Amino acid sequence: MMAEHLIAFLASTVGAATPLIYASLGELMVERSGVLNLGVEGMMLVGAVAGFAAATQTGSLALGFAAGMTAAMMLALLFGFLTLTLQTNQVATGLALTLFGVGLSAFVGRSFVGQVVAGVKGVSIPVLSDLPVVGPLLFRFDPLVYGSIMLFIVLGWFLSRTRGGLLIRAVGESPSSAHAIGYHVIGVRYLAVLFGGAMSGLAGAYLSLAITPMWVEGMTAGRGWIALALVVFATWKPWRVVLGAYLFGGVTILQFHAQGFGVRVPSEFLSMLPYVATIVVLVLICRDPKTILLNQPVSLGRRFHPDA
Amino acid sequence: MLKLEPRQEPSTLMAYASPLLAVVLTLTSGYLLFSLLGKDPLQAFQVFFVKPIETRYGIGELLLKATPLILCALGLAIGFRANVWNIGAEGQLTIGAIVGGGIALYFGEVDAGWLLVLMLLGGMLGGMAWAAIPAFLRSRFHTSEILVSLMLVYVAQLLLSYLVHGPWRDPAGYNFPQSPMLQAAALLPVLTEGVRTNLGFVLALILAALSWVFSEKTFAGFRLKVSGLAPAAASYAGFSEKRNVWLALLISGATAGLAGIGEVAGPIGQLQPSVSPGYGFAAIIVAFVGRLHPVGVVLASLLMSLLYLGGETAQIQLSLPAAVTGVFQGMLLFYLLAADLFIHFRVRWAPKHPVAVHASTAVPEKPAAQEKPA
Amino acid sequence: MTANVNTQPRLALRGITKRYPAVVANDGVDLVVKAGEIHAVLGENGAGKSTLMKIIYGVVKPDAGETLWEGEPVEIASPAEARRLGIGMVFQHFSLFETLTVAENISLALDERVAPDQLASRIRTVSENYGLPIDPDRLVHSMSVGERQRVEIVRCLLQTPKLLIMDEPTSVLTPQAVEKLFATLRRLAAEGCSILYISHKLDEIRALCDVATVLRAGRVTGTAVPREETSAALARMMIGSDLPECHLQARLPGEARLEVDRLSLPSVDPFGVTLREVSLSVRSGEIVGLAGVSGNGQRELLAALSGESLSPAASIRLLGKSVGDIDPAGRRRLAFTFVPEERLGRGAVPAMSLADNALLTGSRRGMVDHGFIRRTLVRNFARTVIDRFKVKCRNEEGAAASLSGGNLQKFIVGRETMLEPQVIVVAQPTWGVDIGASMLIRQSLVDLRDRGVAVLVISEELEELFMICDRIAVIANGRVSPAVPTAQTNVERIGVWMSGRFDQGSLEPAHA
Repeated sequence: MMAEHLIAFLASTVGAATPLIYASLGELMVERSGVLNLGVEGMMLVGAVAGFAAATQTGSLALGFAAGMTAAMMLALLFGFLTLTLQTNQVATGLALTLFGVGLSAFVGRSFVGQVVAGVKGVSIPVLSDLPVVGPLLFRFDPLVYGSIMLFIVLGWFLSRTRGGLLIRAVGESPSSAHAIGYHVIGVRYLAVLFGGAMSGLAGAYLSLAITPMWVEGMTAGRGWIALALVVFATWKPWRVVLGAYLFGGVTILQFHAQGFGVRVPSEFLSMLPYVATIVVLVLICRDPKTILLNQPVSLGRRFHPDA
Repeated sequence: MLKLEPRQEPSTLMAYASPLLAVVLTLTSGYLLFSLLGKDPLQAFQVFFVKPIETRYGIGELLLKATPLILCALGLAIGFRANVWNIGAEGQLTIGAIVGGGIALYFGEVDAGWLLVLMLLGGMLGGMAWAAIPAFLRSRFHTSEILVSLMLVYVAQLLLSYLVHGPWRDPAGYNFPQSPMLQAAALLPVLTEGVRTNLGFVLALILAALSWVFSEKTFAGFRLKVSGLAPAAASYAGFSEKRNVWLALLISGATAGLAGIGEVAGPIGQLQPSVSPGYGFAAIIVAFVGRLHPVGVVLASLLMSLLYLGGETAQIQLSLPAAVTGVFQGMLLFYLLAADLFIHFRVRWAPKHPVAVHASTAVPEKPAAQEKPA
Repeated sequence: MTANVNTQPRLALRGITKRYPAVVANDGVDLVVKAGEIHAVLGENGAGKSTLMKIIYGVVKPDAGETLWEGEPVEIASPAEARRLGIGMVFQHFSLFETLTVAENISLALDERVAPDQLASRIRTVSENYGLPIDPDRLVHSMSVGERQRVEIVRCLLQTPKLLIMDEPTSVLTPQAVEKLFATLRRLAAEGCSILYISHKLDEIRALCDVATVLRAGRVTGTAVPREETSAALARMMIGSDLPECHLQARLPGEARLEVDRLSLPSVDPFGVTLREVSLSVRSGEIVGLAGVSGNGQRELLAALSGESLSPAASIRLLGKSVGDIDPAGRRRLAFTFVPEERLGRGAVPAMSLADNALLTGSRRGMVDHGFIRRTLVRNFARTVIDRFKVKCRNEEGAAASLSGGNLQKFIVGRETMLEPQVIVVAQPTWGVDIGASMLIRQSLVDLRDRGVAVLVISEELEELFMICDRIAVIANGRVSPAVPTAQTNVERIGVWMSGRFDQGSLEPAHA
């Protein structure tokens, strides 16, 4: 009994971790280029509602995910335009993006409350999926879970091995130097911001199309903010994002499996766990100022105007 | 092509004009939005912006809803100026409601004036205590107050939910998740007959005046301003960053806590799973639109309050979802941030290949900006 | 000089003009650079040299005038185009990425894709060839400023430039390293590469350059062959009059007012410098200068002195009192003032008025009463500073950011001076400041000294230190040399010390 519970728990952890991986890796790229986008929560919600709406209207999950990514990218484009071209304060604009995303998603989603869609199904790999223990633990997830791992591998390689990744790191450290050499700093940042938007949208759509295939107002419940904290916890390194995401996924799932494990605590306190855990994790990482100094992109959050 | 040139000095004219510009743009977008939704835009406008305040009762509602906004935004504005980003006002508001409401429930039989005072103080202290957490963590462990205060919002809301579902639930309340109704002595007195505006509004105005004195006339306010504009200069001048962070967070926590107990001791009259339709977050927008200035904050609060009322009226009369308020709020902030552009930049039409020698087409460079990189 | 096939000058600028709202940076500038020539562009701070170089390198577009490259008119629209023509630029403030390796930095600046191992070997070959060896796999943040400059130069050399622009290259070098650089530049010129050498240092220009074009206030005041002119003559072309001098009258110094006693402080910043056993003393009525190339611990020492970094209590003593663990506000209460290196953002708040900026450090002069600000007193104080130090501004309500560098520095120095300190520490007092303001600032420091104040000046400009200091010490790699009387040393000796070779055995902090 216990073993079955454990397997179910670990399997749900993976599901819970996946949207965090997408959203965090997206924001990681944005921050590596020197931009702080606090609007992840808003973009995730917009992605969730757009994905759900498209899926229910067209019956195609693929279109749903595409719609979710596109909608979030449009918000990201708005954010990019304000902060990169109009030079607005990045913190305030990110907050505005979240507030707007929350409001917009609630507004659009009104007509979709109560509807259902057939969620994304897990894969079925011959032989592997049927193995005992290992089967449900590794080989029965939906394609997006495997996609998130692929994304982490590709991003890690991109950042450390390719010229494009080198450029992003350079822009994040010293946009003025990159500009002096002749690179289009603003253009690079736009691309990063759009990528981050697409990933947030994908994460949101995953919530409304896979984890709980329905739309509820505010269904991200702060996951966007946790994703932001994850980037800090990961000290801006992709592999640590994955590690942190699985830890957080586990903490989030704990509240649903606690009874199965025989824990008797009021459900509200179990629900607090992910948020408290986020705070604890932030304290652990930020405690030593050297950690942040060594890893945080130097120009993070600062305006860059290509002064002629 | 259009070119953005930095101004030599920020334009004070645009500092006042940009909130107005943002409001106009929001209203225009609203007009378009209503048309897109298939409603008659002029009628929708009337229902949204005019109808709510047609009656004396309506104006009372306007002031009533503005009260928690003013309170929260005043504290937030002081913080934002010091670059202290308290995003968790909603959580501090909730804790203020819990503490103040808890005091009222504990002294359920009391019928004296001091009860209300104690409740208000308790609410403020509760909010301060909740804000002390991000202050402490930032001072000691350098964590971002944005993320910490935000996480605490969820924790506070869950705490409230636990209390009204469990230990504080009204035994005579048919199992609804709510506390017993507060006794008369625990309620804020209403200002005049026929409206629901209460003492809280007067308190808010007094606090606005105090906040102005603090920011403009005191050295502590000056220190906060410097630490927000140029942290290195504040450190050079010996202004303790830690002290500033604590001060900014405690002030905004106190005002948010006061807003929270104000709701419970006011229109709600009891503790419920939700004591605020997002006032703590709307206050962020109010602070910005109000230019972080007490007078601006009061005006912006009235506008935001109208947006709330409009949303409610539109829901009833036009079958528009109440969430349209959220859309307007977000739009307003976006437009404000965009309009603020004109404070620091000038928009010029510049030919692609400058041949003529006119100073106005040049991209200016800050003369004293030939600084060594830090 | 090698004979050239092409008789056209390599670069010719005609009537280049660039205007900004506050100032005309370049006004009808003509410049002719021949192939294989080392051409100096001489001018004091603010004369327009940097703007002209940015125009040549394609970072800035001129409002009028034309550029001819090897006889053909061209429009250099971007740095990439400049590089395509064969122009390389070594910036005054390096455009390097600290968290990347040398090879990664160079690869970003190259327009062609080169395989990493090929690039590494090319870097090694070229850098050794020209006498500036560097290791391609080193992280830039671990390199000294002089080494970083080598990276910038090698980066240009890898693209076989026909014109190399060097913008104030020697401010970050010890005198010995300057010699090495000159050898490299002479070799490049002999191979046919033209060099544009931007500087305001007359002796260097006379030693190195074939021709000099002199800029003053945006205009060309003349050209000269530096070797055939005296420094005085060049100075006259540069500033329109004789180079003014500060004269120090010998003075017997009084008691030690600022003492640093074997201060060791690990750096908080992982890229910073650790201070080791630093000892220094400054007495009443003397100016002590601390020479050193930036990046040797000046910032860390300044933070320790001002109180922004705390240290063991007894390691720093003000007027005999242990203050190492006291914060900046506490030190100001002991009549200690400090003029920082960064003007905007640290010494003054850019968006605030001059009056408010006076309040920044002046709050102890009765301008704050029971927590409330007394505006009239603040305004009066600001006005006094402005008048006495001839700060050019609209009035005391103007924003600090609207002042020119020189005027803002005058204001900051004035403010700190008028706080009647007993000890004053000044960092880079005349960096980026025009000659008139520089002289006023230096004179005010001398006046303070004559009034009995203990003055510590930290500067990269050896000429300045030799001009106004009673004693000079050197900071290198986080260690400080003994301080010797200026009259008993010279530039060469100080140069040797700047590379870290000084004997700490005879370290007597109180008396030189």
